[in-house]
Parts: sequence; structure tokens; C-alpha cells
Amino acid sequence: MTRRFLVAASGLLVFAVAPLLLPTYQVSVATQVLIFAMLAMAVDILAGFAGRTSLGHGALFGVSAYVTVYWVAVEGGSPWVGVILGVLAATALAAVFALLAIRTSGVYFLLLTLALGMVVWGVCLRWSTVTGGENGLRGAIRPAGLAGQIPFYYAVLAVAAVAGFAAYRFVNSPFGLTLRGIRDGESRMRSLGYNVPLHLFIAFTLSGTLAGTAGALSALFNEFVSPATVSLAQSVQALLMAIVGGIGTLAGAVLGAGVIITLENTVSAYTERWPTVMGSMFVLLMIFAPEGILGSSRALLLRRRQSTPERPNP
Amino acid sequence: MNRRTLLAATAVTLARPALLRAQDPPIHIGLLAPLTGVVAAGGREMVDDFNWYWAQRNNEVAGRKVEVIVEDDGANPDTALQKARRLVEQSKVQMLFGNLLANTGLAVANYVKGTGTPYFIPIIAADDLTQRGRIKNVVRVAGYSASQATRPLADWALKQGYRKIATISQDYAFGHEQCGGLAQVFTEGGGTITAQFWHPINTSDFSSYLGQLANSGVDAIFTMQTGADGTRFLQQYSAFGLKGRIPLMGSMNATDQSVIRTMGPEVEGVVSAAHFAEGSDNPATQAFVRAHVAKFGTIPSLYGFSMYSGAMWVAQALETINGRADDPALLIDTVLKTELTGSPLGRPVKLDAYGNPIYDVQIRKVVKNGDGKYWNVPIATYPNVSQFWTYDPVEYMKQPPYSRTFQGIRRS
Repeated sequence: MTRRFLVAASGLLVFAVAPLLLPTYQVSVATQVLIFAMLAMAVDILAGFAGRTSLGHGALFGVSAYVTVYWVAVEGGSPWVGVILGVLAATALAAVFALLAIRTSGVYFLLLTLALGMVVWGVCLRWSTVTGGENGLRGAIRPAGLAGQIPFYYAVLAVAAVAGFAAYRFVNSPFGLTLRGIRDGESRMRSLGYNVPLHLFIAFTLSGTLAGTAGALSALFNEFVSPATVSLAQSVQALLMAIVGGIGTLAGAVLGAGVIITLENTVSAYTERWPTVMGSMFVLLMIFAPEGILGSSRALLLRRRQSTPERPNP
Repeated sequence: MNRRTLLAATAVTLARPALLRAQDPPIHIGLLAPLTGVVAAGGREMVDDFNWYWAQRNNEVAGRKVEVIVEDDGANPDTALQKARRLVEQSKVQMLFGNLLANTGLAVANYVKGTGTPYFIPIIAADDLTQRGRIKNVVRVAGYSASQATRPLADWALKQGYRKIATISQDYAFGHEQCGGLAQVFTEGGGTITAQFWHPINTSDFSSYLGQLANSGVDAIFTMQTGADGTRFLQQYSAFGLKGRIPLMGSMNATDQSVIRTMGPEVEGVVSAAHFAEGSDNPATQAFVRAHVAKFGTIPSLYGFSMYSGAMWVAQALETINGRADDPALLIDTVLKTELTGSPLGRPVKLDAYGNPIYDVQIRKVVKNGDGKYWNVPIATYPNVSQFWTYDPVEYMKQPPYSRTFQGIRRS
């Protein structure tokens, strides 16, 4: 427990001092890492702890971004209210997704969330009078106090820290343990008298709230939203981040987001074949470290610490 | 002061500007283009022709070195935005150039609105960037606004005696705007649009649309297409036997070299309107086309032409201010005042008060040239066409932007 606390505190410290050492562009990359870490965490709550891999989280993220930009840029409302409305919209949409998807699992859940996400993408693309169609919506929507890169970064860091802590408490609560029970033996949990659909519904909805928070912050960060933000590629990106970091580790989401975004930004400066480099990296990672960076290094540490080569259950 | 010291002093004074300039740091230009994704071929051509222009002048302008930093926007607005940030904040470029898709350009434009970085958009045609949503430091050097060239095409169509036409266009903002320019002028001139079809981008089968068009009894058909959709539409138009039966007019991208380069007789005779016609007999145009064929083995497309001429425009402005690219406001003001001479168009071009070029628009027809390749040859010219056609800019901008639901159609 104390070791975990130390790790979390030092991680937070790294992020807190980063802007003092980094040039402004790197601060904007770090901001992006934090935002996507929240989205990847939202995916991980479902994928890692409830055994439900979602490909619809990009849509939840994007809807929140759309609502936020629309409220501020088109309706002329306050950005704070915009963020709240965005998060509420994502939560409500997640509840709808959940109602439709929670009774399925495995590949069916994957396909159903994918399809729901595509519906949202289609609406954003075609409902051009409201969403601006292909061109999206834009405007100067950041609140005055957060206009600078550094203050905005700290605001995102604060939200991400709170959200991360909340997610950690959530998955380690009795409720979270029930979710893990569902992941490992759904029928057993059912026969023990747990209301499996209700648990999944609540988990999906709260995960949507987290994805929506990330989406609203990204709207303030980019001051722009387009169908690319709600696209399948976005959902896949978030899932990849969770997988690269380590599914079911929560903190891995931060690591995964950091690795992917940093690589994207550095590799593309050297070669225009950067998607090839990224792709090969994913393939190699899946072959040699299928549990992700954090998952695998934990296993490695455990193996080293123990004299017996057998790996206990984590 | 004796003669020797005088001579030495003079020599030093004369040499000083050159010496100083030689020590000036290079001018950094950030170039954003889609090198991966659906429009990568166009993006490649943008980069090639842009770099080619600078290479021709030894990567130098007004005594300063020019360094072009290329970034891939992945045809995705979020990526484009991130790369623009990187170029401005990390690479400290003095100006940005490029982007191909309107949504990537709009994302970057929104960002430079805050930073004040000069951003030149020879390819991004979204009307509002130089109209209702104009940003001072975003200038469409050697580009065009979407509805600009289709208006003279509508006028030409009326003069051919066409009274009833149907349109079929890609269903996104660029299509709505190009088609809207045509629809408004055509109906205001007494013509009727009998039907408007909007198909999704990446439509592989046009048979349902072509079936309806074949029996619509119209005098002509207008199509707005880009990329692979253009190739497929022209092929199927011919395969369905409509070619030769109903005259076909296209947007400038529909018969651009990027589309027809690989195609055969099915493209022959399609009429379109653009400021650039690679088959023009203007010596400057032909010199450019020949040099391009010698260098890359292909006839230049609009992407190549626009990036090449856009670079030339900014270079010309930089020469008049002695290479002072570090002052963004001065650079923008100078570019806005600069009249482009020596471009492949072979005639000078000016910008209007909103940062969009005023062109002599050519009505072009696709014909086969001496080498057996198809290209666009001018058959009529509309001089001095601005993005506002004959309308008063202020009055014009009171009408909403073109969309699927608003096409400026006047019903008679």
C-alpha cells in the first residue's frame, strides 16, 4: 500500500515539475498525454476489471467534446458550464450504450460498442447544421484564466489526478471486486446472487463519465472538434494505450498514453513511415510483452524477487 | 583619409549588407501535408512541387537560407493541429504552409488565430476562411475559394443554351460550396436545377445515381468530384453510355491531372472551370509543364501548381522586405499587397481585400495532346473573377454559407 502510494506520489511529482523543465511544445504534449491517459483509464476500467473490451469510448469522448465546443462557440455559453454539459452528455450516452451492450460479452460486446460508436460518428458527420459536418466546430473556447499553456496544463493535471484517484478507489472497492468477479466467472457471480447487469451498467456509465471528462478537456485544449474526434480510430487509439500500458493496471493507461503520444510525436519528425514504425512496435510488444509495459515489468519484478520461478496469481 | 583607407572603407561598407545577411539565421517554413491516409498521393505532390520551387532558387531568398520542415498531418485534423503546434512552438517556424483537406486547414487556422503565425493555404478552399470567418494571418496565396470558379462555369453553361441541369456531388462542405456557386449563378440566370444528388465520399458504385440521371431529361450534368471518386464517376459515366449523350461539366478537381493522369478516352470532352489549365498555350504555362514533366515525369496537377506558385508568391514578398520573415505582421501585409508575377499562369495575379486571389478563370475542355496524354485546354476565359463573382462582398456575405440545404437556388 505504501509502496503504491510512493509510486503514485512520485509519478505526480514528475508531472508537476515537468512544465518547469520542458519547453512549451512539450508541455502541450504532456497535456495531451494526461487527457488520453484518462480516456485509456476509462477503457481499462471496463476491459481490465469487468472483462468487457469497448470500441465505443472514442464516441463518448467525442460527444463530450462536441457538446462543450457547441455550448461555448455556437451558443456563447460559459466554458465551465460547457464542460459540465459535455460530461453529462457523455454519461447519458454511456448509459444508453450500456443498456444495449451489457448483456453481451466477448467479441459481441466489442462489435456492439463498435457499431454504436459508428452511429455517433455518422450523426456527427451528417447532421451538418449542428455539428458542422466534415469541417467540425471551432472557436476560442478556453476560459480566460486557463488561456496559457502552463495554467491549462496544471488544471488538466489536477483533474487527471483526482480522476485517477477516484478510478483507483473505484476498482479497489467492494464494487470493483465484484466487477473482477464478473470478469473471472460471470455465471458464478450470478449464482452467488449478484446483479451482474446492474454492476456492468454502473461500471459502463461511470467509465463514460471519465471518458467524457477527458473529452471535455480535449475540447478546451484543441478548441476544435471534428468527426475524427469521435471516429473508430480514436476508440482504437485509447484501447491500444490501455493495452500497451497493461490491461487491468490502471496506472498503465498513463504509461501507455505517454509512450504512444511521445512516439507519435518524435518518430514522425524523422520518417514519414511513422505508422509503420508504430505498427511494428505494437506487433513486437504483443509478442514479447502481451501484458503490456506495466503488466510485464511487474511480472518480471515478481519473478526476480521470488526464488521460485513460478509466478503467483497477481 | 588617404585613398587607400577610403577604398578599404568603401569596400567594407559595400560588403556589409552581404556579410550581415550571410549571418542571418535561415528562414524556417513549416509545411503540413497528408503523407499518409486517403489523400497521400495529393500530399506527396504538394511537398514535391513546394520543395522543387525552393530548390530552383538554391533554397535562398533575399540572401537568407530557406529551410522547409515537412510534417505529415495524416489527413486528420487532430494530428494536423498537433503538428502545427510542434512546428510553431518547437521548430519556431516563421510561417506555415499547406494542408490539403478543409477540416485539417480549419483546425490549423483556428490555432494560428491565437498565435498570429502567418499561414498560407494554396490548397484549402473552404469559402469562409477568406469570407465570413476571415483570419488576417491566413492567406490563400495561389489558392482559390471553392465557389469561385464554378460561377463562371454556370454562366458559360447558360451561354451554351443549357436551361435544365442536374448536379451530382460529394457530400461534404467542399462539394456543397463548389456546387452552390454553380447552382446560384445558373438559377439566377434563368436556368433550373432539376435534381441535386449528394453521394458519400468513397462511393464505389454510381449506378443508382446514373440511372436516375440518364432519364432526367436534362441538357447537361454537373459533377463535383475529387480523387478516386472522380476516376470511378468518369469511368462509370462512360460505361453507362451517358458520355456523348448528355454533356458533362465537372468541378476543377474532377478533371485535374491527379484524376485523369491514369485514365483513357472516357475523360475526353468534359468541361470544367479553373484558374490553371495545363494545356494552355501560354508560354509560361508550357515552360512550367515541360519542366515538371522533365523533373517528375508527370503533367502537374492543381496541387503541384498551387504549392509551387504559393511558394513563389511568398518568396516575392520576402524579397521586397529584404527577407525579414521574423516580423509576422509585416510579412502578412506585404504578401497581401504583392502582385504575383512570373507564375506558371503567365499573367499577374492580385489578392482581393480578403486575402483570396482574383483570377482569369478558364473554361477548360479535356482533350488528348500530342503525346497521347489527356489534359485541360482553355476554350473560353472570364477575366478578373473574384470569390464574390459580380456580387457586392458585404451583401454577399449576409447570405449563409453553402450547405446541402442552402445552395443559393432561385426558383423562377
